[in-house]
Amino acid sequence: MGAIREALTQSVFFGVVISLLCYQIGVLVRKKTKLAIANPLLLSVIIIIAVLLLLGIDYDSYYNGAKYIQYFLTPATVSLAVPLYRQLAYIRKYPAAVFGGIASGVLTAMGSIFLMGLAFGLTHEQYVSLLPKSITTAIGIGISEKMGGMVNVTIIAISITGILGNIVAEGVCKVFHIQESVAKGLAIGTAAHALGTTKAMELGEVEGAMSSLSIVVAGILTVITVSVFAGFL
Amino acid sequence: MKYVRQLSVIFSISLIAELMEYLIPLPVAASVYGLVLMLAGLITKIIPLEQVEGAADFLVEIMPVLFIPPTVSIMTSFEVLSQLLVPVTVISVVSTVLVMAVTGRVAQGIMKKTGNKGVERETAEKVTKEQKKSRK
Repeated sequence: MGAIREALTQSVFFGVVISLLCYQIGVLVRKKTKLAIANPLLLSVIIIIAVLLLLGIDYDSYYNGAKYIQYFLTPATVSLAVPLYRQLAYIRKYPAAVFGGIASGVLTAMGSIFLMGLAFGLTHEQYVSLLPKSITTAIGIGISEKMGGMVNVTIIAISITGILGNIVAEGVCKVFHIQESVAKGLAIGTAAHALGTTKAMELGEVEGAMSSLSIVVAGILTVITVSVFAGFL
Repeated sequence: MKYVRQLSVIFSISLIAELMEYLIPLPVAASVYGLVLMLAGLITKIIPLEQVEGAADFLVEIMPVLFIPPTVSIMTSFEVLSQLLVPVTVISVVSTVLVMAVTGRVAQGIMKKTGNKGVERETAEKVTKEQKKSRK
């Protein structure tokens, strides 16, 4: 085992290759099972951690190569402007519903996290780690870091939120009588970012477009308002 | 050369965004400055869509893969996380359902008030058509 570990961690490509391979396994499992919980990102992370623990490779050796993947995160987030630009027609058509809906969702997210954080007696560090949990990981990680939160906790909370939102989306819309396609898409995207959006896309074209629009708008609105909420606890 | 040009636009904006993060004393991550800059550029047509879209679509498509390294880092803090598992799970579940319900109800209420129901299919068709056109 020692020799394998030694050889594998010599190359920076190890971290890259294992990430890419495991993600493809995740996509394959998702396709075969069609389960929301079988999220490719979640599956690949579980497999990678299992492999690393099994081979006795520590995170730093993995990250030594994998950091070159993460390097693309900022350019990729910048690129989110392109799909958003393509959906501007929706904002022009329903400006009040889009901004009103998303803004109320963003405030509900942070308000409810504040109240529950208070109830659970969370520290400031734990609280700010959870504040960006409804928005896309790309923006959420940045907020957590900037606010002095624990990025690990933020990532976990964002993943739980996304997977859960994906699973409950249809049920919540039914229970709360949300029937308009536009409203459904906004609700799913604001509550459960990209993972929810995959569900919204299954529901329909309008739902999918509104949901992906919400990812970016909710992310930006959260960036603007998070400092206020961060001061509460 | 097309992709070289597109990537150079995207990475230049990323560079400017990181400079802004360094210079502006606000708790805003570079990627958000970059996203806003890019969007402003596209809207004002200073950056034509065809000068970024191929490479941008590729980067957006591979985005989940880019989150793998930071997510794997949870293996370094199982202890901290196991202590927080109950609050994190409860907060995530409750707030996700709440946010979804509130956003949907508010958006639907506003739409009913302003009376622009039912026209959404047209907008969807228009957007899809534009997307198809721009992908060609």
